[in-house]
Amino acid sequence: MHIPDGFLDLPTALATGAMASAGVGVALWQAKRTLPARRVPLLGVTAAFVFAAQMLNFPVAAGTSGHLVGGVLAAALLGPSAAVIVMTCVLVLQCFLFQDGGASALGANIFNMAIVGGAGGYAIYASTRRFAGGLRGVVFGAAFAGWCSTVLAAVCCAGELALSGRVAWRVVFPAMAGVHMLIGLGEGIITALIVVAVARARPELVDVRAEITRPGQVLALGLIAALGLALFVSPFACEWPDGLEKVAAKLGFEHFVSEKPMMPSPLPEYGLPGVKGAWVTPLVGMAGTLMAFALAFVLARVLTPKKEI
Amino acid sequence: MRHDFLDRYSRQDTPTHRASAEAKLTCGLAVVALTVAAPLDALPYFVALASALVAVALAARIPLNYLGVRLLWMEPFVLGVGVLTLLQPQGWKVFLGIVVKSTLSLVTMAVLANTTPFAEILRVLRRIRLPALLVTTLALMYRYLFVLVDEAERMQRARVARTFDRRRLYSWKMLATVLGQLFVRSTERAERIYSAMLARGWK
Repeated sequence: MHIPDGFLDLPTALATGAMASAGVGVALWQAKRTLPARRVPLLGVTAAFVFAAQMLNFPVAAGTSGHLVGGVLAAALLGPSAAVIVMTCVLVLQCFLFQDGGASALGANIFNMAIVGGAGGYAIYASTRRFAGGLRGVVFGAAFAGWCSTVLAAVCCAGELALSGRVAWRVVFPAMAGVHMLIGLGEGIITALIVVAVARARPELVDVRAEITRPGQVLALGLIAALGLALFVSPFACEWPDGLEKVAAKLGFEHFVSEKPMMPSPLPEYGLPGVKGAWVTPLVGMAGTLMAFALAFVLARVLTPKKEI
Repeated sequence: MRHDFLDRYSRQDTPTHRASAEAKLTCGLAVVALTVAAPLDALPYFVALASALVAVALAARIPLNYLGVRLLWMEPFVLGVGVLTLLQPQGWKVFLGIVVKSTLSLVTMAVLANTTPFAEILRVLRRIRLPALLVTTLALMYRYLFVLVDEAERMQRARVARTFDRRRLYSWKMLATVLGQLFVRSTERAERIYSAMLARGWK
């Protein structure tokens, strides 16, 4: 999901950069006020951990492999503002030393994966873990938030690519969202498995009773994530098929926009073949979400012992 | 794991490496910005930039095949996103333009990373008054990255030496256990680092 250089035009790069700086600024300010000094090295070491974890691949299917992104994992174990800082550092280092993700797209990548993926993921984790109690709730929340944050970040990424006018929304949205609905399953499962493994080894690191740390903390970061989603995604979502054309005409790059889909895809326009109408896309999205929700629930049941110790 | 697998040539001693990190960082980022802003068919600019990059790499004694391998590693990601542009009319023009731009920016960053030690970049970041917490986290991350990658590899090797079940579900569970254990060890390490930092007068 790392956007390379050249895929974002300068206005989009600047806008995402501004949103990312705002989010990271808020996270740093909050961390400065609430993070105890002894946790400072933990941020750096966790960032190194996430980087190392991303280098270990697990087999998926047909010879492909995936790896952890880690935003929700960091958020579940350290809290939202720490997760934003950790993921930002991971992305900065990946950009400078690994050339994974472009320098001009650094703002977009930080916004998608650190702020939407980390802080947004934390909001989902914190609100869904209440569906079950104790460790089971934590595992369920982590699995579901892992899936959601991957899909949300991908949708954000699609919006930014489309806003730059390089790729049409109707091409990039189904591709990104569809692929990441599958990748998200892997992220959710691996996140849940790691949380369980950590809870087994050092139960005090996974605080099952901890209440949501200061609602204001989540609110401020969540607000920025929501604002970014509104900025980068809603121009396309509100007037479903024609949103991009309108934006394209306004910004003057309509020649990039395709008139009709070039390839008959198995799920054309991200919907079921034969079913027409704007309601299909939200329906597919909803079905996917429900499936992930159910999967997270099953996972939580299977992975945690019957009786809480 | 070799400890310099990320920026192998960044600590050499050539005029390019001795140049000030501020200048190199500004220059590199400016070149990337210019490349991104350039029109898709600015062929003379692309050719000029490519030859300039090769010249800098040669001057800095960065082997071209090292840059090539780095490029091969990263190009699939560029192509993966780039393929989406092919799904629209005249898409191949956009595709070619974007792939060239991406590749040139990628090489620019690779040359920058291999002529400037990360410690120097951190010094610049501190000088431009980036919040201290962010710089500290970056510094600690760079310092412990190699330690943790080594530790992860050791744990993987130990696991491979003791088990021989390659079923998919099993390997996921094993990976999660390795990573969970790695996280636990990381937090313990962080506690030790904090004590060490305090002992050396950090505040």
